[in-house]
Amino acid sequence: MSVERESGEGPPEWEEAPAGASVRGGGAIEATSRAAVGVPAVDSGLRQRRYRRTLGIVAFVVALGVVWESAKWLAGDPWRLPALGIFHDPPFRVLQLSDRHLPHLWDIVAAFGEPFQRNAQYNLASYLIDQALYTGQQALIGFSLGALIGIVLASIFVHSGLAERAFVPYVVASQTVPIVALAPLIVAGFGRGLTSVVIIATYLTFFPVTIAALRGLRSPDPRALELMRSYAASRWAIYLKVRLPASLPYLFTALKIAAAAAIVGTIIGEGPGGVPQGLGRAILNFNQQYITGPEKLWATIFVTAVVGIVFFMAVRVAEILVLRSRGQREMSA
Amino acid sequence: MVFGQAASTQTRALEPISLTIPPGEFVSLIGPSGCGKSTLLRIVGDLIQPTAGVVEVNAKSAHEARLDHDYGMVFQAPVLFDWRTVEANVALPLEVLGVSRSERQARVRAMLDLVDLGGFLQHYPHQLSGGMQQRVAIARALALAPALLLMDEPFGALDEMTRERLNAEVLRIWAQTATTIVFVTHSIPEAVFLSSRVVVMSARPGRVTNVVEIDLPQPRNEQTRESDRYFELVTEVRESLRGRGGQVSSARLRADGAVG
Repeated sequence: MSVERESGEGPPEWEEAPAGASVRGGGAIEATSRAAVGVPAVDSGLRQRRYRRTLGIVAFVVALGVVWESAKWLAGDPWRLPALGIFHDPPFRVLQLSDRHLPHLWDIVAAFGEPFQRNAQYNLASYLIDQALYTGQQALIGFSLGALIGIVLASIFVHSGLAERAFVPYVVASQTVPIVALAPLIVAGFGRGLTSVVIIATYLTFFPVTIAALRGLRSPDPRALELMRSYAASRWAIYLKVRLPASLPYLFTALKIAAAAAIVGTIIGEGPGGVPQGLGRAILNFNQQYITGPEKLWATIFVTAVVGIVFFMAVRVAEILVLRSRGQREMSA
Repeated sequence: MVFGQAASTQTRALEPISLTIPPGEFVSLIGPSGCGKSTLLRIVGDLIQPTAGVVEVNAKSAHEARLDHDYGMVFQAPVLFDWRTVEANVALPLEVLGVSRSERQARVRAMLDLVDLGGFLQHYPHQLSGGMQQRVAIARALALAPALLLMDEPFGALDEMTRERLNAEVLRIWAQTATTIVFVTHSIPEAVFLSSRVVVMSARPGRVTNVVEIDLPQPRNEQTRESDRYFELVTEVRESLRGRGGQVSSARLRADGAVG
């Protein structure tokens, strides 16, 4: 995004004095000239779009559920629900759709209410919530560190072409090594525990942030930089007043990716990291118990997905708040 | 202020040029694309280094003049910062200089009043039309009360009517602030209307082919645009651009009966 916007977005030239403009015409024209003078755009059109978007998401989830159960209706294990009087034998048999591999949705939901282990005091729901909070904390730390490192690295690279040429190849190479291979190494080096988990999460987070921040820091119109030079501004002033603000939209795009990466990194790290808690630990446990209770693993998977979505949405909300208040626009996606 | 010789880069953007501009004058540089007028402007602004020659602004070197904030610059695009309000945009050079907040506010308001945008302090650039954005850019360029204003085709992206209105605005601002203005343009009518002198340049290699003195009376207005002398001068500049060189005598113009 360049520093300025080339024409095309404001009111047309002949509306030099929008306050006094008497524009007759359809409702659409009026709405445009009002928006041009800075009236907030939360009009009915925007609200409608929001309803439709939420409706779309809900519809999608419902459709997913329908597909899930329909597949089992066609090719899963026999359905036996005496309470509802349903006795159904599916015409086909696909192993992956059996009750063991793909439990019925209501069984998964029911599992939330049952004790998460034999003789356990807590039910699955509260157990998973605890683990989710624990993982969320680690992910937040990893995310913050990764974001910080990414911005610092990008800031160094934008001012020193030498540093960039020297280090970017290593930065890129670091991401191509699979994390499942690196995780045990990190644990071996830093011991089992939270340190390793946070390191792994940071590791997966900093790369997209570095690349996007670099792009963003370089995005200002060269004439904006000429302008600053004409004021004899220092490089630090240029960085603070031009590059950093211009990079925010790019940064937020990468932070959304980084949010997901931080969650994944934390969960992966919790396995070999050997921490006694967290969603990664829960997944490992329920994996071992899969034979007796596949619903619990699925429940954990759903909770993990929800945590990822919550993280993502948090960044998205922050993006909207920060950028709109500064008159900038979000980049799509 | 004096331009010395100036030439630059391997592609020989500019032949040696010698140009002197007395303070308070309004000088236009006009020429086809590639004639080096923007390059020359940036050399004066110490944004490009000439390969040879000396540029003096206000009896200092261009470099010193830049460090002393002796000039303001306006580009073809407004180059405003999206994330700053109009007020904050105009305040930018004052911020860089470390001017106190209260002084900044006063100066910014004064400049925005000068360009007739006093009611738009809290607006964001994207809420303004192109012409209004360019006026903000002019206000910003004047924020430090520079002795020299460098304008690089500032109205090139605007429509004709807005352009003529802004021409009148620039003349008004020039009269009120007594700044020296170097104005690069593609438009012959604009150059003649605004300047006391038009420097005609040609391309490949960039060089000055002619300097046309504009003796139209001040203050200039719509009537000026419709006067005979105006058309004569426009023709003179046009002929220079076509490379017929030298000054076309007014006698020849009358004999042909052709105007413009």
